[in-house]
Amino acid sequence: MNRYPLWKYIIILAVIIPGFLYALPNLYGEDPGIQIAGVGPFVTDQNVLSQVERALAEQNIEPFGATLDASGIRLRFADTETQLNAKDVAQDELGNDYTVALSLLPATPAWLSALGGAPMYLGLDLRGGVHFLMEVDVEGAVDNTEQRYVGDLRTILREAKIRYLTIRRSPGGGIDVKFRDELQRDEGRSVIAEELAQLKLEDREREGKPSIHATLREDAVSEIKSFALQQNMTSLRNRVDELGVAEPVVQQQGDRRIVVQLPGVQDTARAKEILGRTATLEIKLVDEEHDLQSAMRGSVPAGSKLYPHRRSGQILLKNRLVYSGHNIVDAAAGRDQLNGTPVVHITLDSRGAEINQRVTGENVGKRMAVVFVEDRSETKLDEDGLPVLNEQGEVVKLRTRAEEVITAPVIREQLGKRFQIEGLEGSAEAQDLALLLRAGALAAPVDIIEERTVGPSLGRDNIEKGFQSVLVGFLLVLVFMFVYYRMFGAVAGLVLIVNLVLIVSVLSLLQATLTLPGVAGIVLTVGMAVDANVLIFERIREEIRNGNSPQASIHVGYEKAFGTIFDANFTTLIAAIVLFSIGSGPVKGFAVTLSIGIITSMFTAIVVTRALINLIYGGRRLSKLSI
Amino acid sequence: MELIGTTKIDFMGRRKLAAICSTILILVGLSSLFTRGLNWGIEFTGGTLVEVAYDEPVQIAEIRNRLQSAGLADAVVQYFGTSREVSIRLPVLAEESAAEISTRTVETLREPYGEVLTEQSGNREQQCFRDNAGPVPCMVQMRRIEFIGPQFGEELAETGGLAMLAALGLIMLYVAFRFEWKFAVGSVVALAHDVLIAVGIFSLFQLEFTQPVLAAILAVIGYSLNDTIVVFDRIRENFRKMRKGTPVEIMNRSINQTLRRTMLTSMTTLLVLLALFFLGGEVIRGFSVALIIGVIVGTYSSIFIASPIVLRLGLSREDMMPVKKEGVDQEQVLP
Repeated sequence: MNRYPLWKYIIILAVIIPGFLYALPNLYGEDPGIQIAGVGPFVTDQNVLSQVERALAEQNIEPFGATLDASGIRLRFADTETQLNAKDVAQDELGNDYTVALSLLPATPAWLSALGGAPMYLGLDLRGGVHFLMEVDVEGAVDNTEQRYVGDLRTILREAKIRYLTIRRSPGGGIDVKFRDELQRDEGRSVIAEELAQLKLEDREREGKPSIHATLREDAVSEIKSFALQQNMTSLRNRVDELGVAEPVVQQQGDRRIVVQLPGVQDTARAKEILGRTATLEIKLVDEEHDLQSAMRGSVPAGSKLYPHRRSGQILLKNRLVYSGHNIVDAAAGRDQLNGTPVVHITLDSRGAEINQRVTGENVGKRMAVVFVEDRSETKLDEDGLPVLNEQGEVVKLRTRAEEVITAPVIREQLGKRFQIEGLEGSAEAQDLALLLRAGALAAPVDIIEERTVGPSLGRDNIEKGFQSVLVGFLLVLVFMFVYYRMFGAVAGLVLIVNLVLIVSVLSLLQATLTLPGVAGIVLTVGMAVDANVLIFERIREEIRNGNSPQASIHVGYEKAFGTIFDANFTTLIAAIVLFSIGSGPVKGFAVTLSIGIITSMFTAIVVTRALINLIYGGRRLSKLSI
Repeated sequence: MELIGTTKIDFMGRRKLAAICSTILILVGLSSLFTRGLNWGIEFTGGTLVEVAYDEPVQIAEIRNRLQSAGLADAVVQYFGTSREVSIRLPVLAEESAAEISTRTVETLREPYGEVLTEQSGNREQQCFRDNAGPVPCMVQMRRIEFIGPQFGEELAETGGLAMLAALGLIMLYVAFRFEWKFAVGSVVALAHDVLIAVGIFSLFQLEFTQPVLAAILAVIGYSLNDTIVVFDRIRENFRKMRKGTPVEIMNRSINQTLRRTMLTSMTTLLVLLALFFLGGEVIRGFSVALIIGVIVGTYSSIFIASPIVLRLGLSREDMMPVKKEGVDQEQVLP
């Protein structure tokens, strides 16, 4: 009695051995290292690797374990000081075409990595770093599109030579096009319907005049929204890449939110500055026909507008947009070849180049201004600091637009595809501006709605404390079980270790993020995992008390406890899954380890303890059990 | 070793007393909830939390003054753990982009030391530039920053409540499916009882109600249910096995039989929770407090609340008999 067939032992070993194997990478720790990745079209290849290695060798820095794959080059160093030096050397050597990021690289041996082994992925609360949750103002994107259609409608009607009275955005959303009579409206409608399929057209009366009320079709709206999110994701990814962070995460969450995680970043100010902005350039001509002084006194001529100049004072620009940041393909910081002042080199797309060529050709000797436009989006608040809601119960977003003339140089010659912006305050400013321009204008303003930053020292504390409490809690339970149930308790304790190893290996295999609440989940599982064994062992004692033989008691104890254990664990699993699907951030991390823990503990507490008990007691005559 | 021998305690006889105790506890908790409310963490209210650590002990008043003169007058400054660690809470400000406040706070605190943070990411220690003389370890170490937008906070509270209701609903369905609807009601009432008392205690002592605390309370639901199911399982088994005995006797016997297991499991769980409470650090303390309360209340409710409710709903032997099938001898179905 109480003997397992061989195949059951084989199955148990088939679970436990890989379990130990995949938990193993966590013992090896991490090496300080750097990660090199190409920016834009630049790829990392063998040449780049040898170039960096040569440069490092010149400084007597010796990397080890260099790897090269699709995601870039990784080099490891003996200590953090060497790592810091190496980063500077590599960055100087490679320039702006490559990003060099400091990173902690897992020191998993090659044979283990080849099997897919990797250490657990630690959350930001354990390793330190920044977490941003950003909300994309998708309504803003729709709004911008509508605004653009106003212009398009004007052009289309003008080109078709159909006369209209006004084209205005209607206060409740949509665009109203007012005509003189019905005939023109009908003509207008057929032209618009042909050219702009995205618009839904409705005949209306506006102030006694026949008009068309044009609104965006629903599928067009949802397309604009998803496009706005996608474009933001791409832009954020570019910006994050240029921040030079190893293993950044940019992920969509829901239909309007983006999670950005930057492990290891300590100073959030710069990251926030660069991620939160939506900036673009507008190129406009300086109005030199009118007097600046009289404009500043209040008589701004029609067709022109006053702008603040970055250096000082104001400048009068013509309203007409020559071209915008959307036409910019590339922007790079550099130095002027003649006088060495910081500049930003700009490359335009073909359309931008064409306009640039024509306009600068016509205006040589005049001044052209580069306007830096920054859109910010914030939640509107009342005096009590609560968000203001509109009639639909949605949060009102304040969109502010900061415009500033960066420079207004004289057009010295006809410009084309490439040119440079001068008049910047320093190389840092040139760097930032280039970065923003290159990352591209964001399609819709983004708002940071959640920020979590964990400093590196707190991260390390959290790991230590988390590890300590797991260890102590674990030892307490182990000792208790051994004292209370003797041999059976020892088996349960041994199996608890197996359980812990299995949880770690599943977490490593899934590469699920381990957070501090996740560690708490593991601690809780340790406490609850013994529950199954307590249930079984109490049942066995009861059976012995009832006068059953030891072997029969073991058998019946396991048998009867199973249903209870299953029901109890299954309901907890339900709670954990609900937590996972509805909860966010910390709650999710807890739910993940709790779920994994429930499943592994069911296996270890029921199957593995039984196997061990069978090995020890099975198939022989017993007069007494050590329980 | 045995801590508790075979017991014959009349639990069901004390059900009225237990009901009175629980009612009082819940009423006290509810009245505190309605009058004082919960001390919501910033993840629910929105706002900014900055935690910094100094090299040596600092005076709270000094920090408060400094922040005040920097225009951060509404800052709530507290020690966090030791007198070297300080937490600063700031409400959502109308006139300033909230995401920038945290940056300004840290800069304000670094100012008197002439410190500027260097951007050496990946390095485990924060390094500061002081007086243009090379990098040195910072006097003011940024430990943690949390900023939550006001609308997002409300949303979190909503989804948290929703999660709790969804969990309760699903559990009720499962128990009704595995046992019987009376048991389902009994278990869910016991769970609601646990949640109300735990939340009530958090309100009464104005302990901070954070997201990990919410997770802990949801975990309490799972844990307490565990206990309740074990008792119910035994009740069902005994109803089928014992031909004689009133429902009260059978329930008493079942609770007594499972009592050792209930106490033992609660004890081992409490052992690890205490380890977490004392060693897990400040961040996880609220979480462990909620679970410790939950485990104690959950153990109590699975004994004194769940079963009496089932009894009250009029559980009879017939409810517990397996569904008879035509032509099958009933004895064969019984275990």
